Amino acid sequence: MSMPESSELRMVVCIKQVPKAEQLKIDPVKKTLVREGVESEINPSDLHALEMALQLKDKHGGSLLALSMGPPRFIQALETAIGMGADEGILLSDRALGGSDTLPTSHALSKAVEHLGDFDIIFCGEETTDSSTGHVGPGMAANLDLPQLTYVVEVEVRDGHVRAKRAVEDGFEVWETTLPLVITVNHGCNHPREPTLLGKIKARTIGIIDDVNADDVGLDKEKIGLSGSPTVVDKIETVELPDRSGRIYSGEAREAVTKLLDDLEAEGII
Amino acid sequence: MSRAKKSKGVMVFIEFRRDHIRRGSIQLIGEGRRIADILGVKLSGALLGHGVKKYAKEAIQYGLDKVHLVEHPILASYAASPYSKVMVELVEKYKPEIMLLAATKNGRELGGRFYVHLQTGLAADCTAFRVSKGKNLVMIRPAFGGKSLAHIMCKKTRPQMATARPNVFTEPERDPKRKGRIIKENVKLGPEDVDAKMVQFIAHMEDEATRLADADVIVAGGHGIRKADTFGTLQELADVLGGTVGGSRKVVDLRWLSKDRQVGQTGKTVRPNVYVAIGISGAVQHLAGMQESEKIVAINNDPEAEIFKIADFGIVGDLFEIVPEMIRQIKERRPAKEPT
Repeated sequence: MSMPESSELRMVVCIKQVPKAEQLKIDPVKKTLVREGVESEINPSDLHALEMALQLKDKHGGSLLALSMGPPRFIQALETAIGMGADEGILLSDRALGGSDTLPTSHALSKAVEHLGDFDIIFCGEETTDSSTGHVGPGMAANLDLPQLTYVVEVEVRDGHVRAKRAVEDGFEVWETTLPLVITVNHGCNHPREPTLLGKIKARTIGIIDDVNADDVGLDKEKIGLSGSPTVVDKIETVELPDRSGRIYSGEAREAVTKLLDDLEAEGII
Repeated sequence: MSRAKKSKGVMVFIEFRRDHIRRGSIQLIGEGRRIADILGVKLSGALLGHGVKKYAKEAIQYGLDKVHLVEHPILASYAASPYSKVMVELVEKYKPEIMLLAATKNGRELGGRFYVHLQTGLAADCTAFRVSKGKNLVMIRPAFGGKSLAHIMCKKTRPQMATARPNVFTEPERDPKRKGRIIKENVKLGPEDVDAKMVQFIAHMEDEATRLADADVIVAGGHGIRKADTFGTLQELADVLGGTVGGSRKVVDLRWLSKDRQVGQTGKTVRPNVYVAIGISGAVQHLAGMQESEKIVAINNDPEAEIFKIADFGIVGDLFEIVPEMIRQIKERRPAKEPT
């Protein structure tokens, strides 16, 4: 990784295809995620990461590569990214990667980034909706020995210097650092653009989306997949929601409200 | 990566912010104490900062046996790289079998960085812990939007690392008489360890009383409220109930409400005395953030809405009629305040 000679930025956004949030279901017998018949989408905070990167590209020029790791169907996410304006997409796909927890995932994506070239900024969404760890961005920063700024809502780049605002629990922090770095983007910080028709056509162009496997990026099979994952999901327990009395009224508003407020008063709520 | 047999003890990262130890860290001292007692091992704290010895004493009073105090000007306020470097050194020196951090934004990004150097397992945002028969830590966290709980284990490597969700574990009692050791740690840090600097902090313009996490009553709006303006009415209801407003991810995405008011998996987890869900259908991600509220009241025009399944009380009907009627009737029931 080196400082860019011009103001143009070479950027990569790491994205994931996830099951649509509202369609998440658990098989009552197997206690695993039902994947059949569930639509998937690009991870929502990855869209914000793409938008942030595209705005930098609009301003500074340069290139944006979308990178994903997963089975061939993750190409959908890359097509969306290209539809929005990314220049190319790379899918790191290998059976040996199956079952990877966040440690080998960060490792594999870092190796892929190194394999793909020098980048000024590596973007990730703040977390995915299907596993919601937020570990992959900081993990890549650790692997690549780069500064990390997480939960970022705004970023400016000037002469290799970066100024970014990150959202924390009690406010915003403004941080300064230099290129190259890893940025994870806070969900909801911008309005992700829609993929354009031209972009969608471009996404179907041969060569725009390429795939690489574990050997291509020089991954050690011991360090990836199940064998490279320190954590295991021992079991999945179905949550028993608290038994609630559920006094639900309907009908004429005034009467229903009176009944509801009587209940709330009896409970000492009002 | 160290092997299970050589590692011993539970270590908690003590996170402070400006002038206080964060509540999530204090809660974790209580939970760490419980785990350490089950295992029959010591509970230590890792405190990084500059001029923070008072927090070491305070943390001991909440239940630690000892604190590893690392003071250096570079550590005066939190920054991922130097903090990560020091945490790696501490863990490699003392070899705890369990390393816990509060799942604050900084706790999550710090854990997410230094576990990589330790090449061990990290479970995110846990809401419960158990100790297995084989004395491994069972790290329990909501999965699939809170519809289930995943039991995560890290048997092969040490430490077993986890971040734990704030406001889930009970804050332990502070015992001013409790004594523990404060061990000063020397670290070598230099300018080369500083790769980013915080130059400004902009505090949210909100006081404690209206903060979601601390609110007794939350009136939350969802997509069903149809427009941003409806939050005016919801605020009025919150005012008469002595509460504050929140909302679903949908209304935050639509910019009808600020992100810090979002309840749910990608927002805040709340457990108020009363949660009034208005025009919220009850997607699992939303339920994950509020299902442990003491009482849940739902107002929705769809009798099949998921939210009714977990509601204690509710009305099926038009919220635009019901909410103003609620405000009117609550005011009517309240005797006018005595002039003081």
